[in-house]
Amino acid sequence: MAVDPLAVDPLIELRDVNKYYGTLHVLRDINLIVGKGEVVVVIGPSGSGKSTLCRTINRLETIQSGSIHLDGQPLPEEGKALAKLRAEVGMVFQSFNLFAHKTVLQNISLAQTKVRKRRKDEADQRSRELLDRVGLAAHAEKYPAQLSGGQQQRVAIARALAMDPKALLFDEPTSALDPEMINEVLEVMQQLARDGMTMVVVTHEMGFARNAANRVVFMADGSIIEDRTPHDFFTNPESARAQDFLSKILKH
Amino acid sequence: MNVLIDNFSVYGEGFLGTVELTVYASILALILGFLMASFRVAPVGSLRAFGTAWVTVLRNTPLTLLFFAVLLGLPRFGIVLPFQLFAVLALGCYTSAFICEALRSGINTVPRGQGEAARSLGMTFRQTLSTVVLPQAFRTVIPPIGSTLIALAKNSAIAGAFSVIELLGTYKFLSERGYNIIWTFVWIAVGYLIITLTISAVFNVLEKRYGVAR
Repeated sequence: MAVDPLAVDPLIELRDVNKYYGTLHVLRDINLIVGKGEVVVVIGPSGSGKSTLCRTINRLETIQSGSIHLDGQPLPEEGKALAKLRAEVGMVFQSFNLFAHKTVLQNISLAQTKVRKRRKDEADQRSRELLDRVGLAAHAEKYPAQLSGGQQQRVAIARALAMDPKALLFDEPTSALDPEMINEVLEVMQQLARDGMTMVVVTHEMGFARNAANRVVFMADGSIIEDRTPHDFFTNPESARAQDFLSKILKH
Repeated sequence: MNVLIDNFSVYGEGFLGTVELTVYASILALILGFLMASFRVAPVGSLRAFGTAWVTVLRNTPLTLLFFAVLLGLPRFGIVLPFQLFAVLALGCYTSAFICEALRSGINTVPRGQGEAARSLGMTFRQTLSTVVLPQAFRTVIPPIGSTLIALAKNSAIAGAFSVIELLGTYKFLSERGYNIIWTFVWIAVGYLIITLTISAVFNVLEKRYGVAR
């Protein structure tokens, strides 16, 4: 379970991270390093702590012990410094979380003007470029509720990209989607991976893990059980937990 | 009928007094209520505690007692202001506790993910609250805030007992003059209806414009 020696330039570093909900120990001694440009897919049974792990990286969840560094800097406490750091790490949620009272274009432009202090026309131009990139240029003036789930998730990805983040976190981005919409989102994600974006992806999409990931991290009961290349993991899982998990999901 | 025609200026003065109390106290209550609601959802513990204490004390104290405290208490600390200003302070602070809770219930109707998305984009607590959470909360809090301000308009009658000129207080002057008490009160009631129905009309318009779009 050695950390990838190729990751010479670490962007995200978690060291001995522990988290509890009351007495429930949800993250146990997590050590994870994600290098610049790496795509790390986190998989595991539900309740294994993989979403929580993803959310600790931009401190939407706090941790009780251990340390998290982003690009060499420790994650700050709540406040302006934390906000500044969060702008560098985009996040895409399972339930999209587009701002319901704003149009697609406003969704993407809002944080650009508020956080990056871009002029409105400048922000809108960038937003339209990104919408074009995710194939939704025609939908700029619509409200989120008027779009399908897959379209909403692509807007959410564009919104995260608008901040020019150093890394993107995906918390089960396709789990709330109808099957026919999953591919349109995965295609956008695969393109990002090819473009060299650093990504941490919590997902159940094994196809994406095989094709796009540099590493697969397998979690169970709050611990990282395996951390290997997709090929090694899928063809030759070492632990009984991973073998059991794979036998269940790859049967059909 | 004569009561109104003979004493139009008295009624008018009282009516204006009540309108002034209502408008100024409403503005104060909305500002303070907004501030306290922000405190109660803030990530800073001491702000949350202050907001909670503010609401607990003011919401659970009789308004009359608050009037006594402000009008008789503050001068002891050397704070001497016109009685009308004292009355606005008492009414505004009292009502702010209810406005705060109405706003907070609205904030709680906005899904958590909305705030999380804003924070994950690097927006500060204030930016998140003012551009993402409150505009969505606003839609659901229009009706309860309307009710609270109507209650404020009626509560302003208590100020009359502390020699502030307002609508209900006009009855003392008129009954001393021997006017029919029933008609005196009918016209006072009409005065309050004008104010409260205006408030409801304004909030109906607000609700029509902002309440539905989703």
